[in-house]
Amino acid sequence: MRIFISYLIGLVFGVGISISGMANPAKVLNFFDVAGSWDPSLAFVMGGALVVTFIGYRFVLRRPAPLLAESFQLPTRRDLDLPLIGGAAVFGIGWGIAGFCPGGALPALGTGRVEVFIFVAALLGGILAAKALQSIFAQRSPANP
Amino acid sequence: MIETAFTPLQSLGGGALIGLAAVLLMATMGRIMGATGILAGLIKPAGMLDWSWRAAVLAGMISGPLAVLVLSGNMPAVQVPVSTPMLIVGGFLVGIGVTFGAGCTSGHGVCGMARLSPRSIAATITFMITTGLTVYVIRHVLGA
Repeated sequence: MRIFISYLIGLVFGVGISISGMANPAKVLNFFDVAGSWDPSLAFVMGGALVVTFIGYRFVLRRPAPLLAESFQLPTRRDLDLPLIGGAAVFGIGWGIAGFCPGGALPALGTGRVEVFIFVAALLGGILAAKALQSIFAQRSPANP
Repeated sequence: MIETAFTPLQSLGGGALIGLAAVLLMATMGRIMGATGILAGLIKPAGMLDWSWRAAVLAGMISGPLAVLVLSGNMPAVQVPVSTPMLIVGGFLVGIGVTFGAGCTSGHGVCGMARLSPRSIAATITFMITTGLTVYVIRHVLGA
């Protein structure tokens, strides 16, 4: 049941990404190219997603627990630190170079385009490299795990 | 550079579906719909149960373009205006960034912003600025 529901939710996300244009690097990069071939479409993607999520979360998070799990797993940290801001900055540089973000690229794998597989392979390499770096940092500062 | 058409209705509708998926995942599994988190949990699973729902979400995501193909008769457009080295460098940097930054456009930009999380708002503002600057430099300073 959990697997089937999870699949359907992934499918809704994948269809949404596909329709919205987030799976298309040309469209994504044009959104950021205000000084050139600007295509403001992605503001509508962000707007539509935010409005639905903002309202939906208000109802869902009022419940004591999710339907198929024991509790809501929500991030609790509120502080801003260097890994967060530095990481977000590096993510943006990579997004601006390649035109894919993870949420756009994963559904785009379904188109079978080789460029998407190249990007996702490099993405996985970056994630593994960062995790290796994080564990080195964690070992060097045992007081701050 | 490839010109793309302004598609406010499709983009709004697609965005609403992304939001619907985020709300449904929270309602059922109690989880943030973040591509980074889903992927990271697949690489480093916290157990079989945890791995299986993530794999199912990923399988669903990948089925998305095929569902659109079946429903509309057209595969969603994937136009890649960048070279293979740029895909590799960009992909690697995205992987580093989303791991240290603990999220991407879906996790921070949609779910975190909807929760009014200060970390997500700061991360989203940061990556929107650096993405814009990067595109500006590549297209208008370096002239690629």
